[in-house]
Amino acid sequence: MASTVENISRATIRFAGDSGDGMQLTGTQLTNTSALAGNDVATFPDFPAEIRAPRGTRAGVSGFQVQFASEDIFTPGDQLDTLVVMNPAALVTNISDLRSGGLLIVNEDNFVDKEFRLAKLEANPLDDPDLDQYRLIKIKMTLLTRTAVEELELSTKIADRCKNFFAMGFVYWLYNRDLQPTLDFINAKFGGKPEIAAANEKALRAGYNYGETTEAAISTYQVEKAKLEPGRYKNIMGNQALAWGCIAAAKLSNKDLFLGSYPITPASDILHELSKHKKFGVRTFQAEDEIAAVCATIGAAFGGHMSITTSSGPGIALKGEAMGLGMILELPMLIINIQRGGPSTGLPTKTEQSDLLQVMYGRNGESPLPVIAARSPADCFETAIEAWRVAAKFMCPVMVLSDGYIANGAEPWRIPDFNALEKIEIVHPGERSEEDPPFLPYKRDEFLSRPWALPGTKGLEHRIGGLEKDHETGNVSYDPENHEFMCKIRQEKIDRIADFIPELEVDGEESGDLLVLSWGGTYGACTTAVTQCQAEGLSVSHAHLRFINPFPRNLETLLGNFKKVVIPELNLGQLQKIVSSTYGVQTEGIHKLKGRPFTVSELKEQFKELIG
Amino acid sequence: MSTELPVLKAADFGSDQDVRWCPGCGDYSILAQMKKALAALGTPREKIAFISGIGCSSRFPYYMSTYGMHSIHGRAPAFATGLKSARPDLQVWVITGDGDALSIGGNHLMHAIRRNVNVNIVLFNNRIYGLTKGQYSPTSEIGKVTKSTPMGSVDNPLTPLSLAVGCGATFIARSIDTNVKHLAATLQQAAEHNGTSFVEVYQNCNIFNDGAWKYATDRATKQDNVLELEHGKPLIFGAESNKGIRLNGLNPEVVELGNGIAEDDLLFHDAKSPEPTLAYLLSRMHQPEFPEAIGVFRQIDAPIYDDQLNGQVAAAQEAAPDAQLNDLFNSGNTWEVE
Repeated sequence: MASTVENISRATIRFAGDSGDGMQLTGTQLTNTSALAGNDVATFPDFPAEIRAPRGTRAGVSGFQVQFASEDIFTPGDQLDTLVVMNPAALVTNISDLRSGGLLIVNEDNFVDKEFRLAKLEANPLDDPDLDQYRLIKIKMTLLTRTAVEELELSTKIADRCKNFFAMGFVYWLYNRDLQPTLDFINAKFGGKPEIAAANEKALRAGYNYGETTEAAISTYQVEKAKLEPGRYKNIMGNQALAWGCIAAAKLSNKDLFLGSYPITPASDILHELSKHKKFGVRTFQAEDEIAAVCATIGAAFGGHMSITTSSGPGIALKGEAMGLGMILELPMLIINIQRGGPSTGLPTKTEQSDLLQVMYGRNGESPLPVIAARSPADCFETAIEAWRVAAKFMCPVMVLSDGYIANGAEPWRIPDFNALEKIEIVHPGERSEEDPPFLPYKRDEFLSRPWALPGTKGLEHRIGGLEKDHETGNVSYDPENHEFMCKIRQEKIDRIADFIPELEVDGEESGDLLVLSWGGTYGACTTAVTQCQAEGLSVSHAHLRFINPFPRNLETLLGNFKKVVIPELNLGQLQKIVSSTYGVQTEGIHKLKGRPFTVSELKEQFKELIG
Repeated sequence: MSTELPVLKAADFGSDQDVRWCPGCGDYSILAQMKKALAALGTPREKIAFISGIGCSSRFPYYMSTYGMHSIHGRAPAFATGLKSARPDLQVWVITGDGDALSIGGNHLMHAIRRNVNVNIVLFNNRIYGLTKGQYSPTSEIGKVTKSTPMGSVDNPLTPLSLAVGCGATFIARSIDTNVKHLAATLQQAAEHNGTSFVEVYQNCNIFNDGAWKYATDRATKQDNVLELEHGKPLIFGAESNKGIRLNGLNPEVVELGNGIAEDDLLFHDAKSPEPTLAYLLSRMHQPEFPEAIGVFRQIDAPIYDDQLNGQVAAAQEAAPDAQLNDLFNSGNTWEVE
């Protein structure tokens, strides 16, 4: 009996298993294959901070969730349509996210006493009557994988490592995915080890064939191509997009790129990515610590490079003093914070938006810096370019915010034509002779920016430093009037960036019952929840901030146009505090600190409650 | 053949800013000798950058007519590493003190040296915190009574040159603020070395630690207390040049020449030795048991960080002269949406 193919508009699938089970790879492959099939995709990798947490334990469970759809999607999905679990710990930690009626695919071979003990279970969770609400498919994945690769005569240990490909193959069958992209991946990745490549291919095909031959009774699913804006697309992760955006920004401004960085989760992938692109004039410096990373960044900025540093909250805390120096030196650079769960070491591999106040205010003295936040993985590319445009024009460090969810998440990116991107004009002052009037390194232009004079330029020799400086010569000045003037003008310079950035756009009516004001990685969940509310006829509009400092100039007016304003944040109300102190406007907050992004349904429910 | 290039004099390297060190400070001498050294080197002003941290010595860049940055406490080597990585064409100096370099900035000093970044680090060692008004520093002797150690400090002092040896420094030297000719020559040698040059300068703080180096600067005692190193020469010192350093097992000992002890029995200085053992031994010679050595302890050639970093970029660009961002963007799996 042939299985029937059911057309669906979207599917949310999660693979969950041990940290060493290859779940991230499995999820990434399904994502890429789905993207290549023309679906819109959004992902949510969720893994422990430990590289190999104790096997079989709940703490060691690693998951990868992907939603693919034939329509525009902005989130990796709330509830799962299909959950694949490789062991009992993965089952008990993930089952609550599976929708009633959803498919639960388990590796039956791992549902044995030893595994129950490791997962601190008294009995086989598959015997739990609550599972009746799901469609359970038990597969002896370990055994079937061993059989599939038998002829290669691999050790059991190596053979067992291929079982994620078996699980992948089964899901590919279930969702009518093309095996070819993953076969290509296997050949590229394991080409040097032909027996491993062969084993993975056999496991993948075995999983696919297993579905075809044994599970014919259930229907499989087809998700058609999404109607995305025409163009060439590529699946891209946030950190990769940010890295490429920085390379592009450097090239657009005719600069070489310098990165000073110290490894930290979840920012390190930017360092890895940029270190691969030396041919584009990229220099990466893995510093001895976070402080050296930012200081070297300032040094390279002084030298005339597009200079950036990347880190996460704890590292940004260490950079605080140097960021203040960058501010008072008035040199352009990007300080990129891939936020993670805090405080302190917090939740290194989980997402949060709790560093907003830190990047706004975490420096001594009056030390304003522009703050710009990316909203999605692909948006990181644009954000990096925009941030550098501002830094170079206004001669200041710019704080760039992303988060773990954006950094590790993936979505289709409409590939731009580099030659069509708007150039970033940077003019350095030229040589001067002794007859010219003396060079004034702190004399400002109409944007209140000082000249970016490069060492090596004859006649522009000057000294800069962390001491307060005279407003024109830049020489050390303890003059009280001058200090107050300098504090005010540095603030005014940042405030005036509002005239340079676009006004805030509203999705929905310009006035009404409820305005959802969001920033950063909550964009997708807010957009989807608002769209669904609007479809139900509710008076809800959405505005998403790219710039948090300064705010877009129409924000105040907009806030006044709605009966209520709600700010959903993965913190305890940090943007709320800033909005309140800036405009004296009371807003509602929706807060979540669970290391996970908002789900659409939880936002929607609360929006509805607020409208009453 | 005549040259069109103007010849800069020492005075041309001074900025228009009033020097604000305390009258009598050893820093004045170092500033003066630096200007002389730069004049002798002939590098144009615009090609030179001075980077400093925080402390009395770190005001130095303001008094030079070159490019300069007065950065934050202890971090000057990191700024210099960034600058030199981006701009290997510049001659970059790091000016630091014993607190700045060895206390708050110990980590950066260590890593700049072990990377062998082509910068010249000059550590003004006055064995005290001056700018914060007189607390003991990482080079203060045990028992030092200061504002923060009323019963005497109990910290073991650090020997900066031993640290530099431990980090694999390729150029290590020591000089004294009042020994002006030696100082100017040492700074010049440091600038001429390719790789990190680390120079410790004994510097007197006449306000908070006056006379810390008296034994090495007093006309009456200095020749008995200081040994001037010369590559390839035996270690001889003393007003009468009649004392030397001999190796006894693995340890140095002071001997008097004559009575059967000839120059050939003494330890000979070898600054070019690939092994840093001798440099370390020399760095450990302290008063009052031993004379303290000045001059170049070590000078070897080794791969340079900024050369190699920029070399990798150049090699990558040479291998892909037509690298296009559009090719990068379109690499890997892509698909077309009609």
